[in-house]
Amino acid sequence: MAAVTQDTAVSTGRITRAFIYLVLILFALFYLLPLYVMGVNSLKPLAEITGGNMMALPSTWTLDPWRSAWSTAQIGVEPTGLKPYFLNSILMVVPAVAISTIVGALNGYVLTKWRFRGDTWVFGLMLFSCFIPFQIVLIPMAVVLGKLGLAGSVSGLILVHVVYGIGFTTLYFRNYYASFPTELVRAAMIDGAGFFRIFWRILLPVSGPIAVVSVIWQFTNIWNDFLFGVSFGGTSQPMTVALNNLVQSSTGVKEYNVHFAGAILAALPTLFVYIVAGRYFVRGLMAGSVKG
Amino acid sequence: MATTEADFRTRLQDWLPKLVLAPSFAVTLLFVYGFILFTVVLSFTGSKMLPKYDWVGFSNYEKLFALPAWTTAITNIAIFATLYIVICTVIGLMLAIFLDQKIRGEGVLRPIYLYPMALSFIVTGTAWKWFLDPGIGLERIMHQWGWESFSFTWIKDGEMALYTIVIAAVWQTSGFVMAMFLAGLRGIDNEILKAAQIDGASNWQLYRRIVIPLLRPAFLSAFVILSHLAIKSYDLVIALTGGGPGRATEMPATFMYSYTFTRNQMGIGASSAVIMLMTIAAIMVPYLYAELKEKK
Repeated sequence: MAAVTQDTAVSTGRITRAFIYLVLILFALFYLLPLYVMGVNSLKPLAEITGGNMMALPSTWTLDPWRSAWSTAQIGVEPTGLKPYFLNSILMVVPAVAISTIVGALNGYVLTKWRFRGDTWVFGLMLFSCFIPFQIVLIPMAVVLGKLGLAGSVSGLILVHVVYGIGFTTLYFRNYYASFPTELVRAAMIDGAGFFRIFWRILLPVSGPIAVVSVIWQFTNIWNDFLFGVSFGGTSQPMTVALNNLVQSSTGVKEYNVHFAGAILAALPTLFVYIVAGRYFVRGLMAGSVKG
Repeated sequence: MATTEADFRTRLQDWLPKLVLAPSFAVTLLFVYGFILFTVVLSFTGSKMLPKYDWVGFSNYEKLFALPAWTTAITNIAIFATLYIVICTVIGLMLAIFLDQKIRGEGVLRPIYLYPMALSFIVTGTAWKWFLDPGIGLERIMHQWGWESFSFTWIKDGEMALYTIVIAAVWQTSGFVMAMFLAGLRGIDNEILKAAQIDGASNWQLYRRIVIPLLRPAFLSAFVILSHLAIKSYDLVIALTGGGPGRATEMPATFMYSYTFTRNQMGIGASSAVIMLMTIAAIMVPYLYAELKEKK
């Protein structure tokens, strides 16, 4: 996405252009539809959903579903709302993102500027770990977390997310540092600068953009994770698991408006990141398809 | 004395990079490859609720492939993955080509197409679950708008529920595929296209003969990413249909979880995870190998 130019040699007639605009707008509506449905229905009393039309704007606007989703809705057996789980997610995401990004930066630095025999193999093995189906590690991970006394804790989830995140962060920084002139690093070495000094003074100051990509990618992935959360969350479940418990709960009346408010709450942090830093988000996705 | 100290410093400098990389590599070896080995070993044991180490040979795999639930799971993943990959690719390519026609408002449309990718599959599942629910969602909306005979009960229908997962999954990722193709399109040299136009090629021929073949790398990346996402799909199924109605939307990922953790058939669960890994490895390993070789 780096060089986005609108220059194209293809010319189109007026009818074709009208058709193209029509298709593009219809698809935009398709992508916006669920967001609209969630937004509108989270601001209605329940009776307006069960007795009215889901596409209609609320006739009585209310914030009660949001309040309920945040602080009083029944999650599992406790009427705690999503608030404690939101905090769990924050407590899990912040350290996991910070650690995996720092480790990834150092790894990328070593793999590009201090190359050694077999480094491509080391990288290849780490890279493949990004793409394994996590089902293959669920059982041993449960055993190990149990042995370490980390089962069902936020620390356990942080460990899991760091372990399975460093492959991606290493990929990002490696591909980014690969294009940084190695001569500059050589020159600094001749001047007597050491390993960490070179990293700190030369590489780190130019790492801003890739650090943003890595942080956003890790943040989105870890915040949105469900499988690890549901398997190892125990009493410290993250937001996604709590939302699923709220929506799937089979007891009582289905409070669709509360479910929608809860879904937006679970989506807000990543949506916010996407809105303020969408460009970096796209770059992360692209780099995630390996082409660096 | 001074020389040995300098010596030590240089040696440390030589070892430092490897020391820095070592923890990550060790963690990867243990938590990825060690764990894979552990799961492979378990798949050859009679483990039920907890790991046991009694060798039972291939009997878990034999049992696995004799289970109707597993047959349903692999049939479903085959149908789901095929439709998901094909539809995402077609929509992604079409939107990318259309957006590439000097469209006014491209800057508004692109983020709209892409934002679903930032959401959790649980959020996507929740939104579509209620929107497709006949009682309150689409069917009822159409009835109220006057289309009385409109019927859309896929999500409650064992035969059709799988296709609702396709709809939600396509909604989530097709924008991303669009972005991949658009990046590919913008990388094509316009001179080639102009030359072909001078030779009298129509727009259709231009895309069919020149542009689409040039997008080969984007097709490959899209295929790899989408198939990888499809095989791992767990959250979306859980949130949207919970594997139901009945077991109609069982997938390998949901099968593995329920056999391992709720049905206490750890040996069989492990063998299903091994099959999943082998499927993904068959796609990813050649791709990653080619990518790394190219980069050297």
